[in-house]
Amino acid sequence: MTLPKVVRGRAWKFGDNIDTDQIIKHAMEGVPGRDTWAGGVEQGDILVGGSNFGCGSSREIAPVAIRGAGISLVVADSFARIFFRNAINMGYPILQSPQAAEAVEEGDELEVDLDEGIIRNFTKGDEYRCEAFPQFMNELLRMGGLVPWVRKRLEERRRAAASSG
Amino acid sequence: MGMTMTEKILARGAGRESVRPGDLVLAKVDFAMGHDLTIPPAGKIMREQMGAEKIWDPDRVAVTQDHFQPAKDAASATLGRLTREFSHQMGIKWYFEVGQGGICHTVLPEHGLVLPGELVVGADSHSCTYGALNNFATGIGSTDLACVLALGELWFRVPETLKFVYRNRLQEWVEAKDLILYVIGQIGVDGARSKAMEHTGEALKHIDMEARLTMTNMAIEAGAKNGIMEFDEVTKEYLDPRAKRPYKPVTSDPDAEYEKVFEFDAEKVELGVAKPMSPDNYAPLSEVAGTRLDQVFIGSCTNSRITDLRRAAAVLENHKVAPGVRLIITPSSHQVAIQAEKEGLIRTFLAAGAAWTTATCGACLGGHMGVLGEGEVCLSTTNRNFPGRMGHPKALVYLSNPAVAAASAVAGVITHPSEVLAKMPASIR
Repeated sequence: MTLPKVVRGRAWKFGDNIDTDQIIKHAMEGVPGRDTWAGGVEQGDILVGGSNFGCGSSREIAPVAIRGAGISLVVADSFARIFFRNAINMGYPILQSPQAAEAVEEGDELEVDLDEGIIRNFTKGDEYRCEAFPQFMNELLRMGGLVPWVRKRLEERRRAAASSG
Repeated sequence: MGMTMTEKILARGAGRESVRPGDLVLAKVDFAMGHDLTIPPAGKIMREQMGAEKIWDPDRVAVTQDHFQPAKDAASATLGRLTREFSHQMGIKWYFEVGQGGICHTVLPEHGLVLPGELVVGADSHSCTYGALNNFATGIGSTDLACVLALGELWFRVPETLKFVYRNRLQEWVEAKDLILYVIGQIGVDGARSKAMEHTGEALKHIDMEARLTMTNMAIEAGAKNGIMEFDEVTKEYLDPRAKRPYKPVTSDPDAEYEKVFEFDAEKVELGVAKPMSPDNYAPLSEVAGTRLDQVFIGSCTNSRITDLRRAAAVLENHKVAPGVRLIITPSSHQVAIQAEKEGLIRTFLAAGAAWTTATCGACLGGHMGVLGEGEVCLSTTNRNFPGRMGHPKALVYLSNPAVAAASAVAGVITHPSEVLAKMPASIR
């Protein structure tokens, strides 16, 4: 899976302390025939959460469920640590931006520039800062997560060792 | 701008001059740990999915057989076998067989494998324990461990640091466990979420190395990424006979930036417990004294090192466990067991009517050798008392220090140790 440099989508606004069980349940309701939140999501939409997003048990499936619903990336005031690690290890971009979490409202048209670390809100004409990903992290996300990234790095090392020896 | 100890260690690992909280860095790991529950999945991911044939450095990895070992059932026997096979195939130098190691978080410090200034990861949430030895240590998942085993590096988000300053000294009977339970009670189970807890202050000078490990062990119970302490004479004395590699301590710069500074007067901290069902449910001992008990458990990476067992034995000497109560004592390592035998502590435990087990995580995580049934009440020297942690979801677990646990086993109800033993000998305080 490849990750575009700039992501555009409509905002879905959630509150604080959304836990992994809720995440799994919400997204699962988007399975065909179930028509709640996930049913209304369009491919590429952006989820904006409050503080401690993804708290609760370490469910590796939580980021997968959100991605499966069509959400291209998650912006939040803050993330629970295990959710943060799981999401990035699976190649799913998540961004911390207290500014955006506070200002964005449901339905706002957003554009996220991952390299620059900028979130533009076209509905409100605002701009919010978030941490830009360093190069290795962009690479990791573009390659689809930690496993393919390690595989590539090992290959590079083998090649370097072969050419030097 | 100055840096904290945590920031300095991550900056060095990342090969950078400096880092700031929130930075994502790719950093070299100095030492890694896995055990019988996390090595099998990590080994599989590393070999089958990442395509690595060997590990990055067999001298810098430790593997313990501790969680469900000696095997409690056929499934855990398979995990033990996979752990053993992987360790041997990879030539892991610090592999600790059943009966020769014990709980990872006791074994690594006592063998001098995790040292000041180092970046340490362990595939276990209590890996934050090692930070008392002036290193950055944090718990990671099995996919993360696979990455570390294959490459010797991993990505980290540099945490904000919270500074905890402890003034004065702890009073008689009050232990490091009471202090950390009190702090977690004040800030809550997510009070340090994803952050570094830097412990400092005069009170720590009088807290020995093993008790310091009890404090950093419970950083995760406040949601922290790591717990860390300064290097001093106490650290040096502990490491001198043990350290397996040269090391370089780190200090926080005077102008380092802290997200928040908490100050506590150690003298005012009372003997206490965490009541069911959360480690932040702190209460002074006086509030729960008299609570009826079914089981008392002295064990775990939190509070079952030799100094803990000495205090428990001092209380139990010439006493019997109360009728209707069972006392289970699980040393946290083989070395602890050997020392306890030398000092005659095991005889004291057996004479008191306690069940003495081999070194294992055992009952702490509801594994084996002391799992609780429905409606049972347990006083435990462990770290977590969430519903179901030690067995049945309707069992009630109180957390305390080992002297309180021992005294309560004798009385059959939660009891102040001074009601059983007039004075704790100064040599083992």
